[in-house]
Amino acid sequence: MLKHVLENGPARVGSMKISEAHYPQPFYMGLEYSTPARGMWNIAQTGFLMPQTHQIFVCAYGCLRGVVLTAAEMNSLDRFSAISIRENDIINGTIENLMINGVSDVLNKISYKPRCVQIFITCQHFFLSYDHKSVFDRIRKEHPDIEFLDCYMIPAMRKSGISPDQRMRRQMTRVWKERTRCDSNKINLIGSNLPLSETAEIRGWLRENGYELKSIHDCLTFDEYTDMANAALNIYCEPVSKAQADDLKKRLDMDSFYFTNSFDPDEIDDTYARLAERLSVPTPDFSQLRSKAEETLGRLKSVIGDTPVAIDYTLTTRIISFAKMLVDHGINVSSICTDVISADDKAAFEELQKRCPDIDILATNQPESRFFAGEHEKAEHGENAPKVLAVGQKAAYFFATDHFVNVAEGGGFLGYDGIIGLAELMIDAFKNKKDRRKLIRIKGFGCESCL
Amino acid sequence: MKQTFALISTYSSDQFGICSALYELGGMSIIHDASGCNSTYTTHDEPRWYDMDSMVYISALSRNETILGRDSKLIEDILDTAGKYRPKFVAIVGAPVPYMIGTDYKAIAKLVEDKLGIPSFGFDSNGMQYYTRGMRDAFKAIAERFATERTISGSKPGERPVRVNLLGVTPLDFGMTGAVGSLKKWLVDHGMVCNSCFAMGSDLTEIAKAPDADISLVVSYGGTGAAKVLKEKFGVPYVYGIPMDASVIAEKIRERAGDGAGEKTGAGGSAGMTEKIGENSSADGSKDIVIIGEQVYSLSLAEALKDLGIKARVLCQLDRVRDSKVNEEKIEFIYTPEEDDVIRETKEADLVIADPLYGPICGAGKLIELPHMAFSGRMFENDIPNLIGDGEQIYNRIMKELKKTDEQKPAPGFASET
Repeated sequence: MLKHVLENGPARVGSMKISEAHYPQPFYMGLEYSTPARGMWNIAQTGFLMPQTHQIFVCAYGCLRGVVLTAAEMNSLDRFSAISIRENDIINGTIENLMINGVSDVLNKISYKPRCVQIFITCQHFFLSYDHKSVFDRIRKEHPDIEFLDCYMIPAMRKSGISPDQRMRRQMTRVWKERTRCDSNKINLIGSNLPLSETAEIRGWLRENGYELKSIHDCLTFDEYTDMANAALNIYCEPVSKAQADDLKKRLDMDSFYFTNSFDPDEIDDTYARLAERLSVPTPDFSQLRSKAEETLGRLKSVIGDTPVAIDYTLTTRIISFAKMLVDHGINVSSICTDVISADDKAAFEELQKRCPDIDILATNQPESRFFAGEHEKAEHGENAPKVLAVGQKAAYFFATDHFVNVAEGGGFLGYDGIIGLAELMIDAFKNKKDRRKLIRIKGFGCESCL
Repeated sequence: MKQTFALISTYSSDQFGICSALYELGGMSIIHDASGCNSTYTTHDEPRWYDMDSMVYISALSRNETILGRDSKLIEDILDTAGKYRPKFVAIVGAPVPYMIGTDYKAIAKLVEDKLGIPSFGFDSNGMQYYTRGMRDAFKAIAERFATERTISGSKPGERPVRVNLLGVTPLDFGMTGAVGSLKKWLVDHGMVCNSCFAMGSDLTEIAKAPDADISLVVSYGGTGAAKVLKEKFGVPYVYGIPMDASVIAEKIRERAGDGAGEKTGAGGSAGMTEKIGENSSADGSKDIVIIGEQVYSLSLAEALKDLGIKARVLCQLDRVRDSKVNEEKIEFIYTPEEDDVIRETKEADLVIADPLYGPICGAGKLIELPHMAFSGRMFENDIPNLIGDGEQIYNRIMKELKKTDEQKPAPGFASET
């Protein structure tokens, strides 16, 4: 198999040793499997972060099903409507009228008047070459007191251009139309689904230097949200938000700063130093926090010993960086569940290939992935110590362990606060079981759920 | 038609109906689409996903593959995966994007079958039809392909239990709260036996024995395709209906109707209470009670309520059987495909028996919740009542059909028994 991987790149297998893994895509992209671990957010959930906003999805029943029930499960069906595309619309080319009439019908029926309506179009619209401009022009003309935002559920385009997640984030700040002033003491944190942890050191540091950090999660009204366009700087922590930051620079000349969600103390210090320089403030001294992070990781090692640790990519965007940090502190990282290696993690990935060549890389969406959980479910778990400590929902599912850290989408962690927070959660997960099935089935970690 | 769903959820779609129908039969189902269909199905419409292994995948179609009509990648991927796992069959399930370019699923299926020697199906689903149609097509295909001959002969009903096929059984209509087991028990309690169940609790071996049945009981629209195949090829007659005990629902109606709620005295105990519901609520026309849901299920519930003296109308947004046999009791049945239709028909209703997600248009005050997985997915999966029971009229219907069939022998194409 090694020969095959090295010669041909992505392999038609479900798992391999990290030393054999091809960067950035270890596995061939063929038929795909989907796990019952549902902590990752979808575009409907991200869109619901906008206050006073209604969603209308224009799509086939099959595409509608996932998002309408997303809305229902998060008790937001009253903010969601749909227009169903049917065969006659495709054959007769009536999709434009369907949308225009449908939007009016929805607005007449719902019990409130939204400030903004997100209209989601789908892959079918692209293949139909429907008249996007005329539809939105007409809708805006008929409802001049409502902001209409074009949004996109276009998974067929996920391998071309910017991804649906990137596009969704970019669109959400397209309602920032202009800057009426520059609030030099305000900084936005954009593009994250979860609010930043209240204990994140960046909050206190910015506050001490006279800055107010704000994100969409802090906004109660649509006006408050659009007023964020007047901030002095946009910080983003996830690569999927780069297109959004670039768009804001291009349209509104808003500067941005990428605060990578690293788990390498030197990289964290370097990022703070660059941000301090950008803001013209003194470089922070987080040596105490760095020591505390080291102490917590040491305590983690003393508690879990050589227990194998499995990690998955839904935990954080810098999963390989996270794995390397654990390895640096003597933790027995046995498996990493991921389908791609991010560019930010390339150096850490190459280092782990050399230092820990036997770490297993498990695909999360290969046909073979279907059977990982069953295989591990059969394995006996010790009475007192977990056989595998999982960090992330998919790792918990694949390794059939109830000792897991239930975090997805980064959990709102950043910097040293992230290292300390996740290490503490690992200690807790080692000591205490969780109801795996009940927790990982909830859509969108951190979202309200009726389940 | 506005085709809007401003206030309520929508039903599951055809590709998920196919996957649900085939889930337990040992095959491999491949939804041919970009992404998301697979996770939608496994999250909301497949309660067996966590506990029961089944191979359901998505082809992960991309824009370029669509524009270039690159079926070769799909075929290559299926050959690779199905060749490795050797499923009992391969089902290629259509979805919205490949519909746009007229993908020939049946040709792809033939190619796969020719290469691998594994029975393969291509389904022209497109995500724009309801799950009911997908189920119907899937069960029809399975019956055509695997239920090919009678395997037993000799004895006749009366000398042994009546052999019954249950057609159209999936969690989407019946949930996972015991209804399927109760259906099978009901058969046994009434001198019958489940010959095959399309398709929960029956593997392909049992499915293949479907022609041995004396009769098929079509318990949802999804079972109609297989029923017709078994009738045409083997003369197996069929009737529609679900044996139901509606007393739980009747009790709720009684409470909501406000005609002596909680009063449990009176001649005949519960029977007396039932009569009172009939007298004071609906039988005299003073209360308009509406059931919304799948056609066979809702009509069966309405029939069971009728037996308790409660009259109810049935609204159906889904595909419906246009066969008078499906509604022998002449229940008032209204096809209401659009949200506006449902709003209009429930506006004056006193009580609405429907999935909780119909609440926004019915009003919580007059809604009697009857969760339906095909509408609300997993949200209320533990609250789906198991209403199977009683069903005297279904038993009589089966016996009547058997008698009729017996009188009509030999039916066309009916293999003679030795």
